[in-house]
Amino acid sequence: MAFAVSLLGRKKKVVECTPLLEENFKKQKEKLETILLPSAGAEETGLIVHTELCTGCGNCVVACPVDVANDPHGAGMGCAPTNDRVIFKVVDGKVLASNIKECRRFGKSKVLCYACIDPCPTGAIEFV
Amino acid sequence: MYTCTGCALLCEDIEVIVENNRIKETRNTCRHGAARMKGCMNRLVPSIAQKPADIESSIRKAAELLRNAKSPMLFGLDNSTCEAQAKGIQLARKMNAIIDDTSSFCQGLLIEKILREKLRTCSLDDIRNRADVLVYWGSDAQDSQPRHLSRFSYFPRGESRQRGYEEDRLAIAIDVRESNTAKICKGHFYRIPPKGDREFILALIEALSGKPPAYDTKNMLGLASILKKAEFGAIFVGIGLTYSIKNDFEILTALADMLPRFNIMPMVGHYNMRGFNEALFKETGFANRVQFEGNAVQDNKYSIIEALKTKSIDAIVIVGSDPVLSLPRSIIPHLASIPVICVNPCQTFTSRISTVNIPCAASGVESAGSAVRMDGKVIGLKKIIENNYMTDEDIIKRLMEAV
Repeated sequence: MAFAVSLLGRKKKVVECTPLLEENFKKQKEKLETILLPSAGAEETGLIVHTELCTGCGNCVVACPVDVANDPHGAGMGCAPTNDRVIFKVVDGKVLASNIKECRRFGKSKVLCYACIDPCPTGAIEFV
Repeated sequence: MYTCTGCALLCEDIEVIVENNRIKETRNTCRHGAARMKGCMNRLVPSIAQKPADIESSIRKAAELLRNAKSPMLFGLDNSTCEAQAKGIQLARKMNAIIDDTSSFCQGLLIEKILREKLRTCSLDDIRNRADVLVYWGSDAQDSQPRHLSRFSYFPRGESRQRGYEEDRLAIAIDVRESNTAKICKGHFYRIPPKGDREFILALIEALSGKPPAYDTKNMLGLASILKKAEFGAIFVGIGLTYSIKNDFEILTALADMLPRFNIMPMVGHYNMRGFNEALFKETGFANRVQFEGNAVQDNKYSIIEALKTKSIDAIVIVGSDPVLSLPRSIIPHLASIPVICVNPCQTFTSRISTVNIPCAASGVESAGSAVRMDGKVIGLKKIIENNYMTDEDIIKRLMEAV
């Protein structure tokens, strides 16, 4: 159970469970890897940006409370970010996440923030 | 910082990385704007009768075709700078031609009402700073003008709306389908049947006057109550609403009269469509569908659709537009049967049937100028990359000299 929790928290990898490497558990290993595949590209907070769905509208850039606090006269007002302390930036019409340690879902006092997911009508942002 | 010419929002906060005289990367543009700024995949090449030619002979041939035409037409200019539009109007006047743009089957009616001051309007900056109730009516701003909600209307913090969308603003969508904009409006989406806008407006007017509306009573009273409480509202009129009530536009004026704290904003697509409408209105008193013959006359028969349907034109100059893509298929055969002069940076469906193709520089990227945002504000366009393409303004000037 402890290993499963660590696996879901992305603290451990499937291959670290040695019995799974045995031939008898090959199917179980493959299934686990398939289940965990969507979280493969996730940031430390579990954030995934599906760039193929993103239209670059910038709703997440402006709605993110961290971006507003760190750049009130740029991203907070709907304009281009004026510094590098923001989490979301739009490059070539697709949103890119950076400064992930600033995210409210990061660290010991993390909160379940949905501010970037809610304004995205295409479902391009996801937390796993 | 550069200006994006992807849509009529004319976002002025764009950064670009240029490599080998091409835009390698854009920052802060939506996907639509990024594609527009990075340029077309297939550049238009000068041609006469679909055979490659040099640009000088293309211009000479185009002038010859226009000289021989008895009833020429100038169409487009919505993706051109204000300077090119002014020259285009002069050319149409000189040729006694018909001049029209895409607004005749888009937002022209609404823009003309606004220019005649029949409808109250405001700037997008006013909306960002003050608006608390936003109504997207027949408009999917999220897809058509992707940065509208994030830059001006719903999400940003403004002077009087410091808490932004979370507490200070309410967005309402009225549409025939659950568009991406409607998804953002969540609990305030009113689905109406196609062509149901008139009935909806009449019911809303009844609800606003305190009478129980015959149509969807509970929702209508709720909506009327929200609208009445607004401190500063905006109705974003999309093409869905304009098409639906185009024969009875007075009901929108009646609704606007019932809502004195609301402003009407036309949701314009092409980046300088409003610029064309304003320039022509200033020159002739009409926003589109104009025939120059002595005095300028406006009539529906001078719209591109009617002119092609009635076969009343015998040559056409199309600048920065692709009517073969956007017009009904039934009227395209006449377009294909007359001399077509296509001025465009890129290959289009129209360039494939054109008699003469004249490539021009992409405005806002390869040429500078100015354009009018959807709210009427004039925005400057800077040149980003250098090349030898003539601007559409220069091409029109050359045609004018030669005609």
